[in-house]
Amino acid sequence: MNALFEGLRELRRYPSAMAGLVVIVGFVAMALYAVLAIPYGTALELWRGGDHWRQHPINARPSWTNWFRAEDLPTTLRVAADDANAVVSQFEGATLRTVAIDLDYEYRTFPSELNLFVEARYESLQPFVRLTWKTPDGRAIPLGARRIERNERISISQDQALERRLGLVPQVGLLADPASEGAPRALPGRYRIELEAVLFEPDSTVSATLVSYGRVHGMAGTDHQRRDLMVALLWGTPIALAFGLIAAIGTTLATLVIAAAGVWFGGWLDSLIQRITEVNMILPVLPILVMVGTLYSTSIWIMLGVVVTFGVFSGSIKMYRAMLLPIREAAYIEAARVYGASNTRMILRYMIPRVLPVLIPSFVTLVPGFVFLEASLAVLGLGDPQLPTWGKIMNDAQTESALYNGYYYWVLSPATLLMLTGLGFAMLGFALDRVFNPRLRAI
Amino acid sequence: MSKEVGAVVSRVGWLRSAQRIAAFAAVRIAGLFVTVAIAVYLTIVIANMGGKVDELRIVQIQSTIAEAARANPAFASMPSDEKLKLIESQVQNEIVRLRLDQPFAERSVDYLWQALRLNLGRAEQMHSDSGSREVASIIAERLPATLLLFGTAQLLVFFSSIWIALHLSRRYGSWLDRIVIALAPSSAAPGWFYGIFLILAFSFLTPILPPGGMVAAPPPEDPVEYALSVAGHMVLPVAAMFLSSIFISIYSWRTFFLIHASEDYVEMAKAKGLSSSQIEMRYILRPTLPPIVTSFAFMLIGLWGGAIILEQVFNWPGLGSLAFRAIGFRDTPVIIATVVIFAYLLAVTVLLLDLVYAVLDPRVKLGGGRS
Repeated sequence: MNALFEGLRELRRYPSAMAGLVVIVGFVAMALYAVLAIPYGTALELWRGGDHWRQHPINARPSWTNWFRAEDLPTTLRVAADDANAVVSQFEGATLRTVAIDLDYEYRTFPSELNLFVEARYESLQPFVRLTWKTPDGRAIPLGARRIERNERISISQDQALERRLGLVPQVGLLADPASEGAPRALPGRYRIELEAVLFEPDSTVSATLVSYGRVHGMAGTDHQRRDLMVALLWGTPIALAFGLIAAIGTTLATLVIAAAGVWFGGWLDSLIQRITEVNMILPVLPILVMVGTLYSTSIWIMLGVVVTFGVFSGSIKMYRAMLLPIREAAYIEAARVYGASNTRMILRYMIPRVLPVLIPSFVTLVPGFVFLEASLAVLGLGDPQLPTWGKIMNDAQTESALYNGYYYWVLSPATLLMLTGLGFAMLGFALDRVFNPRLRAI
Repeated sequence: MSKEVGAVVSRVGWLRSAQRIAAFAAVRIAGLFVTVAIAVYLTIVIANMGGKVDELRIVQIQSTIAEAARANPAFASMPSDEKLKLIESQVQNEIVRLRLDQPFAERSVDYLWQALRLNLGRAEQMHSDSGSREVASIIAERLPATLLLFGTAQLLVFFSSIWIALHLSRRYGSWLDRIVIALAPSSAAPGWFYGIFLILAFSFLTPILPPGGMVAAPPPEDPVEYALSVAGHMVLPVAAMFLSSIFISIYSWRTFFLIHASEDYVEMAKAKGLSSSQIEMRYILRPTLPPIVTSFAFMLIGLWGGAIILEQVFNWPGLGSLAFRAIGFRDTPVIIATVVIFAYLLAVTVLLLDLVYAVLDPRVKLGGGRS
């Protein structure tokens, strides 16, 4: 054990090991933050998609991409109706209530969508609403009139009639600067939606929120289901780390114990282990994983189990065997045998600790392989059906042809995180290998 | 006189060692065959979900026949219980034809026997591009694509890494050596991962290479143009595999050569004043040849492992994407066939390696008699 600590102390001489450690610590911190900030249930709930995200834009880029752009793309703007300054006039059997929604728009580029969310309260008679769009330069464009349900989304940008009238898609036509030539540009300034609601019941009310959907969103952007990618980027961290670490620890320890048992008992057990290893080396692992994922279940825990099972009887069992064989003949083992130590004690206390230092680097270098394996399965569409993972982001991006459509962030951000994780563990593992494998250290 | 005796002795010795090797080979072949059989049987059980796929198949047969009967105008006037009886008998026929009435355990052994005889049978859902349902022709159509792509990449990685590693081992500690050591961890990422970056860079940001596929559509008539088009489509996947494995490969060969370069006989050769290329060829490469050959052989076989995902990312019509589609269709004959072929290739490689070792390396102890 002392050799272990000495070796770890020696690690400080390797800058790549330190860099790898920093990366790993960073990811562990990120994983902890993810687990604490978004509880597991909430994360699954959010990633399932649906109504949580209706006020988020579709395929918005991360907001930092604006730094590289001459003209900023808009973020999402939400404005509620100014209920305090409502103008109310009473009629026979009805009330006319006029409110304004003011949108301060500062960009020269257009939003991706315009929606008005209207909530109405009534017993049986639906309120009637008329909308007018007022531009900063004083033009008024009618947006039509309609009856309102209790919870209604008015998709201004999908109004076909309005599009025909404007000659442009509404979210462009409504904000376009009439003076601009060539490609339309947005006119910055204060836009207003005038909402005239006719209420037929004394207790009836109407409240409205205008959402001008941005083209950039948050640090991570959004996907085709309006989900904030940050949820999956954050939650992908603990999942990737857990999968990689559990698989690496599981396979290395199990392999070592089995190899040690084979060496200690020898005979039929040893040759059985050898035969199983040979059979296992002939089985192609990835196709079998794909088979398990397609035919049985894509649950990440089942995959993990299969990965560990197939990883246990791998080529490294032969390597450990070769290392353990001379240890079995060592004098201290003889001594322990004389005082009557049990078989388990022999294997766990006397044989395995001797090869542990060699095992540490190979364990660390195994982690990235498993992290990427999980991503590979997800990219093949066999990711866990519920969990938000990095590989699933890439799978979504691939099925939505993200590269073709120019949504590079959608592929690049999970890929960068994967690469960093892989590099962190690999750099640490390589340095550990040089510290703990004396044959390499001499060079 | 003594010359003749010597010739006889050496002939006897040669015969004896040939016998020895034959006996060794026979034992090895038997062992490997059992190994392959067990591996294939496991695959058969997994691919059939331990017999559960049969239930799905029966349900599928029932619904297909019922659908056909409903759509058939000749059956329209038939009374309904007669129609049901007819459907039932057709379902039974189909079940008997596919031998689904026999227990899975019995059939699985039969599957195994057929698979081991490379009697790959007929696919259930898939067919080759020429329309054949024979599994053998489906695979024959896809195998060249995989071999071409992965063979090119692996050969490129193998020879360039050995060549570079030899040079680096001679001047280790140089800045080039350090760069390779520093870049070695980048091989933690698999080929498809680099593939995505390469597709982004060379197909979308600067569109000079195709993002996927094997030839342009429609395929060029002229064979030269056809070859050029395939070569153009190969650049990105080959580059992806090359990038993902070249640095680790150089690194491990370099370390391997360094360890051997510190042997006494190499020091001796240096002291004799031999040129460094002579030292490399005679004293480093020759004694390290067996492990180099081993890793070369395993590399050739190992190419299948990563094929599924790389071919999927690059839309390459090879064995990997075939296996993926077959698994998606639950087309067990095709799945099993891909695994059988892989297992056989691997077993044959292992056997050849063993034999080459037995012939070449006197230190390898053989199972049979002693000479």
